[in-house]
Amino acid sequence: MVPTHYYLVLAGILFTIGVIGVLVKRNPIVIFMCVELMLNAANLTFVALGRHFGQTNGQMYVIFALAVAAAEVSVGLGIIVMMFRRRETIDIDEVHLLKN
Amino acid sequence: MQLAPTIFFWIMAILSIGSALMVVVSKNPVRSALFLVVTFLAVAVFYVTLSAQFLAAVQIMVYAGAIMVLFLFVIMLLNLSAPEALKERGTIQRPIALGLGGLFITALIFSQALLQMPTRPAPAEQVVNLGTVQSIGLSLYNPNLPWLFPFEITSILLLIAVVGAIVLAKRKLD
Repeated sequence: MVPTHYYLVLAGILFTIGVIGVLVKRNPIVIFMCVELMLNAANLTFVALGRHFGQTNGQMYVIFALAVAAAEVSVGLGIIVMMFRRRETIDIDEVHLLKN
Repeated sequence: MQLAPTIFFWIMAILSIGSALMVVVSKNPVRSALFLVVTFLAVAVFYVTLSAQFLAAVQIMVYAGAIMVLFLFVIMLLNLSAPEALKERGTIQRPIALGLGGLFITALIFSQALLQMPTRPAPAEQVVNLGTVQSIGLSLYNPNLPWLFPFEITSILLLIAVVGAIVLAKRKLD
């Protein structure tokens, strides 16, 4: 078997790529994709550690994370479509309703 | 450590990291979405190598199927009405983000938290059936384990998400 820490480092790299994407991008759809990337990296650590300790607990957590991700994406994309209809832009820097 | 699984791991690792980088680098959101599918499929392959067979199938169905269709639909909706709306501009925060990300991954790897496991990995014959549908179901629906109640709560979460998405997608919000 490939050592567990290979998987953990790989997941760390994927998570970091997701973080950089969230910081750099201004398109909220791509920011959502990067959030999904981070969720996937976290799921990968759960599964790798569950395999390491020989327990199903890690995979249980991944099932719940999957359900939460599905709910989050449907509501988030609904918000983006709503925002675009109202403001005719989806640039994340021009949406600052809560600023004042 | 056998040679063949390690080579396979490295190939898939390079594939997943490369496609994840392309998600961030691509200017076109459709291209980002398609590279994200590649990353999801690579993660599904990692699930198979970690003997999580059921989760690999669920990953492909939920992420590469349902969630990506949602993303592509929204990109299509917004692109049709305003092709200029999704263009990226150059930003000043890009080098700062790259620096912070590099610092983060360096700290993560060199903190040794990821590299030192408290125990030896479980033997292969113990975990070969860890991720089958039977094993997952026996854990998920076992009343003596803490997963049954969260599983029921998840249904309420999904119901709320459905109602929220419908309310948001309505034309008038009054």
